[in-house]
Amino acid sequence: MFDEMGTPEAIRAPYLDVAQWVEATGVDLLKLRRDEAEAIFRRIGITFAVYGEGADPERLIPFDLVPRVFSAAEWRRIDRGVKQRARALNAFLYDVYHRGEILKAGVIPEALVYRNSAFLSEMVGVEPPGRVYSHIVGIDIVRTGDSDFYVLEDNCRTPSGVSYMLENREIMMRMFPELFRGRMVEPVDAYPKELYRTLTEVAPPACKGEPTVVLLTPGSLNSAYYEHSFLADLMGIELVEPQDLFVENGFVWMRTTLGPERVDVIYRRIDDDYLDPLAFRPDSMLGVAGLFDVYRAGGVTICSAPGAGIGDDKAIYCFVPNMIRFYLGETPILQNVPTWRCAVADDLTYVLEHLEELVVKEVHGSGGYGMLIGPAASKKERADYAERIKADPDGFIAQPTLQLSTAPTLASKGLAPRHVDFRPFCLVGREARLVPGGLTRVAMREGSLVVNSSQGGGVKDTWVLSE
Amino acid sequence: MLSRSAENLFWLSRYMERAEATARLIEMGRRMAMLPSLGTQDDWLSVVRASGSAAFLPEGETANEASVIDLLLLREDNPSSIRSSLSRARANAKSVRTAMTRQMWETLNDGWRMLDGLDGAGAVRDLSAHLDWVATLTATFRGAAEASMLRDDRYDFLRLGGYVERADMTLRLLDVKYYVLLPETEVIGGGRDHHQWTSVLGALSGMRAFHHLYKGDFSPWKITDFVILNSAFPRSLAFSYQQIVEHLNNLAARYDAESPCARTAWDALMRISRIGAGEIFSTGLHEFVINAISVNNRLSEEIAETYHFQGH
Repeated sequence: MFDEMGTPEAIRAPYLDVAQWVEATGVDLLKLRRDEAEAIFRRIGITFAVYGEGADPERLIPFDLVPRVFSAAEWRRIDRGVKQRARALNAFLYDVYHRGEILKAGVIPEALVYRNSAFLSEMVGVEPPGRVYSHIVGIDIVRTGDSDFYVLEDNCRTPSGVSYMLENREIMMRMFPELFRGRMVEPVDAYPKELYRTLTEVAPPACKGEPTVVLLTPGSLNSAYYEHSFLADLMGIELVEPQDLFVENGFVWMRTTLGPERVDVIYRRIDDDYLDPLAFRPDSMLGVAGLFDVYRAGGVTICSAPGAGIGDDKAIYCFVPNMIRFYLGETPILQNVPTWRCAVADDLTYVLEHLEELVVKEVHGSGGYGMLIGPAASKKERADYAERIKADPDGFIAQPTLQLSTAPTLASKGLAPRHVDFRPFCLVGREARLVPGGLTRVAMREGSLVVNSSQGGGVKDTWVLSE
Repeated sequence: MLSRSAENLFWLSRYMERAEATARLIEMGRRMAMLPSLGTQDDWLSVVRASGSAAFLPEGETANEASVIDLLLLREDNPSSIRSSLSRARANAKSVRTAMTRQMWETLNDGWRMLDGLDGAGAVRDLSAHLDWVATLTATFRGAAEASMLRDDRYDFLRLGGYVERADMTLRLLDVKYYVLLPETEVIGGGRDHHQWTSVLGALSGMRAFHHLYKGDFSPWKITDFVILNSAFPRSLAFSYQQIVEHLNNLAARYDAESPCARTAWDALMRISRIGAGEIFSTGLHEFVINAISVNNRLSEEIAETYHFQGH
């Protein structure tokens, strides 16, 4: 098993400073500081909401003080790999909503796209500014060895977590200023500025002059509401709810104290289904009636574009390396995890025979819900899951159980290795941009491979060392 | 700015002001109840009425310290209670977090978290500490806004709400207590009236200021002059309206638009600055107060209409 820090005898170079700092600080003081950090998070209200479990729905994500570190060389590779993937995914999205060349060429089966519930036929022929569909691509990366990085999944719709990247750094600098002095940690605080720049670059054709950008949130009860308000605040844009917007005369307007004000770019943090009741969900009371028509006519830009979800579908995931070759003519820099698609008969047979060593996921699932971790499941759980797969093979994919790398994490008895993953946030406007950092999620329970916050995962500050 | 943000800021500061005024009312009730032979339920009842919570007192039930603390400090279903004021202030703040500075939000969040664990027994036992804490919290919030907020329209809406509520609370206190200020009671009362008058000043935290300005002349005219007309006293009607007019004028200038609400506020301020205490008494203190309350309500509605609030 690969540990990010290495072994006590051979600490890996990027971690030398961190190891020294942990040694000098001592576990007791670290624990004290961790409690202080949590008190600060609670005070600021950096919480996410979990409903349906009773008690106070506002939860803290456990924060681990020991940073996760990438060397400059490691980062160069991630940076190139992530941007490459984000470009290919956007090229794919443009293609499937236009001529479908990659399907005609037989690289990806047509049915996988056109019969996919994430494919939005209303988007066929729509021209989003700059041909960008997914403006913020969150790419989940795991590591299994010194130079073995795998992409676990892509998030093309509304990846969340970037506020933790910023807040975790903020709190580390506040609590341990000495740790940053003289060390060469790349700053991450340019993210809001870069995000704003990206959003203004995709202003619609109808917009002349400085575009008005807003962030559309479902409201203060949404689990990621803190992040919505945080980003709107740092970009200096309005945080709007659907009821603040309306459509008139071919444009989208927000209700202000001065009367209606035109909106050009909407960074939406709500699902396609709730964007426009006229276009997508006639039974829904939510959304902005007529929004989609304005979008189609080029009166407003919606980021990410409706229908971008076809790019991060788990069945499509298998083909991202093919996309990179097809559209960019490049060799994939980051590998996919080998994946069996249960929709393919041979794959299905293999999966059912090897359940005890595989991780099986629902094609449309997210957040770590509804998955089977074969080695950790009981015989009965595996048998039950097998029945679900047989009933709907198209709905599942399977992957080997990866030994995710571990990183030293503060546990009850001191530092202990815990499994981590990593989500950088790639911005796509006129070009692809990546702030040097991202969100490191950590499974706080010993041995656990599930890092999702909804499943008790925690977060760490992520350092990228400069050259 | 978004109308919804303006509306939320306006109401959030109304709730904070209400929490603070309610804490002072409870303090007033407690002081009156401590006076010999005066600790009757009437005193507590007047506290309940001044806070606008009379409807929440069960029919036939007497108001006493414990029931008033429950009603005005702890009850969630009473919109005038301190608990519901603070939790609604936080809920409003949460949906306009971007319109607030971190300091302001943290103050509100602290307040909400503190109240969460408070129960009836604890509230009665440590009442003074809790009332002090409410005063500190609201002062911290006001100070945080003062020190950290950009002076733009958000600031104007925040301040407007606070002063509209303050005018309302001062007027409602007078509405309940006006009879103690009527000259006739001088004949009947004696010592008790002195305490009643000073209780009005106490509820407005104006005792020291009053001494400073009027040298202990507790006549009804002087108290009326102080509470309604003296624009040097920050909880007077005159001061509240000066501030309301200033912020409405700021908005009118920013938006380059005349507004009916600025007109209403200006007319009210003119009336206050021209009328004397003597005239108020000759036309009737109670009538004056009732009229001012209705003007204040109308003003609040006009602000909502002018700036496209969506209804609260």
